Order: sequence, then C-alpha cells, then structure tokens
Amino acid sequence: MKVDMNIDVHHLTRVEGHGNIHINVKKGKLVDARWAVVETPRFFEAMLRGMSCEMAPILTARICGICSIGHALASLRAIENALGIDIPVIAKKIRLLAKHGETLQSHFLHLFFLAAPDYLNVGSVIPLVQSNRAVVEIALRLKRLANDMCDILAGRTTHPVSLCVGGVSRPPNKEDLHKLREQISERIPDAERTVELFKTIQVPDFIRETEYVSLKGEENYPWIGGKLVSTDGVLKNENDYLAMTNEYKEDFSTSKFTRLSRKSVAVGALARLNNNYNFLKAKDIAEEFGIKPLNHNPFMNNIAQLVECVHVMIESLELLDELLDEPMDEISSEYDIKEGEGVGAVEVPRGILYHHYLINKKGLVEKANCIIPTTQNNANIHYDLAELVEQAVNNGKQDTEVKKLCEMLVRAYDPCISCSVH
Amino acid sequence: MEYLGIELKKPKVSFFDFTCCEGCQLQIANKEDTLVDFLSLVEVVNFREISSEKKDHYEIAFIEGAISRQDEIERLEKIRKQAKLVVALGTCACYGGVNSLKKRFSVEDVVNEVYGHNPVETLPVKSVKEVVAVDFEIPGCPISKAEFESIILHLVLGTEFRFKKYPVCVECKQNLNHCLLDEGKICLGPITRAGCNAVCINGKLPCYGCRGPAEENNWPSLKQILTEKGFSPEQIDEKTSFFNSLTEVTKNES
Repeated sequence: MKVDMNIDVHHLTRVEGHGNIHINVKKGKLVDARWAVVETPRFFEAMLRGMSCEMAPILTARICGICSIGHALASLRAIENALGIDIPVIAKKIRLLAKHGETLQSHFLHLFFLAAPDYLNVGSVIPLVQSNRAVVEIALRLKRLANDMCDILAGRTTHPVSLCVGGVSRPPNKEDLHKLREQISERIPDAERTVELFKTIQVPDFIRETEYVSLKGEENYPWIGGKLVSTDGVLKNENDYLAMTNEYKEDFSTSKFTRLSRKSVAVGALARLNNNYNFLKAKDIAEEFGIKPLNHNPFMNNIAQLVECVHVMIESLELLDELLDEPMDEISSEYDIKEGEGVGAVEVPRGILYHHYLINKKGLVEKANCIIPTTQNNANIHYDLAELVEQAVNNGKQDTEVKKLCEMLVRAYDPCISCSVH
Repeated sequence: MEYLGIELKKPKVSFFDFTCCEGCQLQIANKEDTLVDFLSLVEVVNFREISSEKKDHYEIAFIEGAISRQDEIERLEKIRKQAKLVVALGTCACYGGVNSLKKRFSVEDVVNEVYGHNPVETLPVKSVKEVVAVDFEIPGCPISKAEFESIILHLVLGTEFRFKKYPVCVECKQNLNHCLLDEGKICLGPITRAGCNAVCINGKLPCYGCRGPAEENNWPSLKQILTEKGFSPEQIDEKTSFFNSLTEVTKNES
C-alpha cells in the first residue's frame, strides 16, 4: 500500500530541552525526515570571554542541569592542562566518584522516568506510582543513592560546589563514605531487579551502521581524559578533538551537527561500550542482554546505560575502599596563573564532552569552545530517523506506530538539548 | 485530600522551561523522599521534561529560565493568560541568571562568536517579570528542594510563605564554616538572602548571590571591606554580576 504520512512532533516530551521531529512520506516514499533542535541558544562560549579561569567551571556547570558535574570536570581539566597543574591522586578519585554519582543519577533518570514509560505504554512515570508502585520505588531508591553520592562527593548534584581548580575544595568525611559504601551494597539487588525488568521489554529491532566515538580506555573503562577513538579506526590525542568533531550548521537546527569518517557519528553509553567492552566490570550483564561490540542498534543505548550503571556501582565500591584506606590531607595542588591553552575531554552520561580554553597571562579566558555529546549525536539521530521511517513504512506500520518509534528513537539517545545549544 | 479535617485544594500545576539548563525542574524530579507525596498534593498537567501529558487548563504555572527570543515572549504571554498564578522558578526566571553575562557584549558579537557565518536569532536577556506580571518568585541556582516543597505546601494550604530576612552568612555561621572572606575570597554571603543552608560555602565555594539580596543587607559596608582587602572593582563586579541577582543593591549606591 502506498501511504502518505505527515508526522510533526512539536517540543518532544521526556527529553531535556526543546526539539521537533518532522516526517513526510508521500506514496510510500520518504520525502523528508528531520531532527530539528529549536532550543534558544545561550552563548556560554561568548560569555566566558574575559572571565577569571577559576570561574569557568562554575559558569559552565550551568550549561546543563543534569550533567553539571561532567561540565565542571571537563572545564577543570581544560584549565589544569592549560596551566600545567597536576592534581593529587585523592582528588582524582573523589572527582571520579562524583562523576559516577552523576552517571547513575542521569542514567536511572533516563531509564525509569524518560524511556520506561514508552515500553510500559504510559505517558509518564506519574501513573506508574499507582499501577507499578514497586518499580517506582526501586527507581526512587536508586536515584536517591545517586544523589546522595553527588552530595557527599561534590557538595550538590546540580551545580557542584566543591570541585575547584587544583583538585577539590572540601574532602568528603569518612563517616559519610562508609555509609555510602553500605548504601551502594544495599542497592545492588535493586540494580539486579532493574536488569530483570529491562529484560522483559522489547527493544525495537533496528540497525543503521554508524561510527562510534569515545575516549579510549588504557587500563580501565574510560571516564576522564585520555586518547580519542572511533570504531572506524580513528585514533587521536585529546588536544586534537577538533579532528573528531568537524562541527557544521544546518539551517533547521539551532544546535550544530558533527561528522567524522561517515555522514554522522554516535557518542554515549553504546559508543563507550563498543570501544571499551573489555574493561567492563559488568560484562555478565551485557552478555545477559546479548549486547557486544559492535552493536549498531541505537535503541540498545538504553541497555548500554543499564550495563554502565552496574559497572559504575562495582567500580564505586572499589574506589570507596581505596579512599577509606587513605588520609584525606592532600586534596588540592598549588598553582600559578600563567598564559596557556588546554583541552579537557570527559565522558559524561550522554557521551564525550570537550572543553577548550585559551587563557591569558592575567588568568582570564580569552577564547572558549565547548562541544557537547548531544551536538555530536544530532546528525546520527537525524539520519537514523530517515532510515527508521523507511524501514517502518516498508513493513507496513501505521502513522501512530511510526510516530511512537520516532519518539522512542530520539529518546534512546537521551538527548540533552539545552546542553547542545549552550 | 484532607488535612486536619479540611479539604485541601489540589491545584493543577504546569512547568514550563525557557532559556535555562532545566536544573530547577530536575530538583523536583530529584526529591526522591517526597516525590510521591508531592504528586498527591498537586495535579501535574504539564511537565515536558518527564511527562508526555499536555493540557491547556492549569491554575499555577511554574516558569523556569530567562527570556531571550521573540517566540519565548509570545509563549510566555499565552501562559500568563491561562494561569491564575505565575511563579518564576529559579534564578534565571527571577533575575536572568548567568544568561545575563551575555549583556557585557553586543548581540551581534555573541552570535558571531558562537555561530560565525550562520547567525541565529536571539534577544538581550530578560527576567520573567520584565515580560509578564509575576505573582511569586522562587530564586536559587538551582532552587532549594526543601524550600520549594515548603512553598508548595503553603500554596496548597492557602497560607503566606515568608522568605528569610537574614543573609546566608547567618546559616553559614550556624554550620560552623570557616569564613571565606577571612580566607581571602570574595564571598557575598553577607548580603544574599538565606534559605539555601549556605550549601556553596559548606563546600568551600564562595556565595555569589544567586538567591538575590537579603532584606537586611549592608552592601556599602561589604564593598568597603572587600576594597580594604585589596580587591579591584573589576574583581568585585565579576562576582556581584555573575547571576544578575544583586543589581538592586549594587547599582543604587555607586
């Protein structure tokens, strides 16, 4: 049957920020499929100019309400690289644990509040309070663990307060770390229940081959700094991030697009897993879901997030054991203000994030560039939509079904749109 | 729902976001201990960040974010017509927030810096009350979860909520923090409205005034202290203008 289809999703729900989906099919042929970000731009890179570099992490944390710790860490790493600061080992561990808290917070928020309603056929998590109370309670307990973790390690989940140039400004107290260790152990069964729950959902079967970009792990699953790698075999140093991003602008979107060896790239949990599978501490969970490299189903990003949650919980227990064994006296390094240029690459929940600053001899930011994971995913979402619609139409799916699939596809990337239009 | 034998209203509430990071809405979704109770106290009809439900009838509209594009002005005016009560949620909505740092440059300059030859539309940043009438303001970057909850309880019970008159400095002293001014930093805790439990200073980040001025504040005196400590006007201004929340006290005296 030759179908006509006009799908317009204005301000897609259950994503962070404002984006529209536009699909046009005439006589069974795809005419147009678009992912259009319509978020109002905020101009952080322009606002950073003339600001003391120590204020940059405080300002750029405010690019995103969900991954503010990740932005602060990328910003700090760029500044510390520019000024040649080596931070104490303890501070590195505290920062990584804070980041793990954020990863758990963001992934569980996405899995339960944003993605799960599609699979459970409800509009939001709210009706689930009545119908699936046990699931909501698991979600809230896991999210609470994540928030407590961020509060203990960074002083606050949204817009952290104790991450500073040179290290951290306030050490967590050991009693809190002990309690946190217990709390994580107690939540492992909840994570297992979540795995069981997600095993019952039917992830749409859709493949479009693409290039996955992430940090490259050397000894561990990578989170903060290091080499950049793609599944098409591109390998670059952190400082050469621009070679990985190649930003360009499309008229219909306020967020930029990027590309590398193909017309689009993907970043995020699935990209990290595809590039660093061997370092996963939750390989057994990945195997239970049958996810292994190279997986080219964007919907599996949800599952990759869940695998990462378990990995992060295991790694956090190890980090806590190490921290509890060490004195907390050296938490930041002294430094001198000088001229410099630095890049910070950090794996935030939605993928690899880059901050790049030029700092003058007074310590003021002269020029700044921030490239956000969702920006790097935009082109991939855009081209996935076209392919997904073509396949769905060929399989005889109707408007409402195609619309829901399109929405679910965009959500699977967990886009952080206000972030991408920083 | 009943409380002490009194039937409580269950107002229909909506959350809308404009130019911002959506971190304030997230504070509500992140209040795990009481989220379920909160959802029983009000009827959430629009909360795009976490829900696909959309309705045009609501009594209370929470507005997150600053206003920086023509379509945002039109959207906000439409919401104002629908809602009985418009509440500005967070520092961006109340004061413009960090978005206001844009005003140090021309619109052409910031657009060119970020978008180069592919310009996008943008306006000088405004707070919500500069565009429509606002009934209540909840400041904070991000908002305090506990304070937000208390305000909602007051709204549902129909009683007046009062912000603390004293500055963050009082809460900071109660927490037995070492004074960051004494450690040689610029801290605006002495002039900023309390209610955040001095969360930044607890983590040794100085206060930059996101909650706006305390009713009882003495800016000329703080400014004199900062000047005596050797800070330049530029260094002081970088902090006082960070959230655009203190202009009412810092601009009057100079």
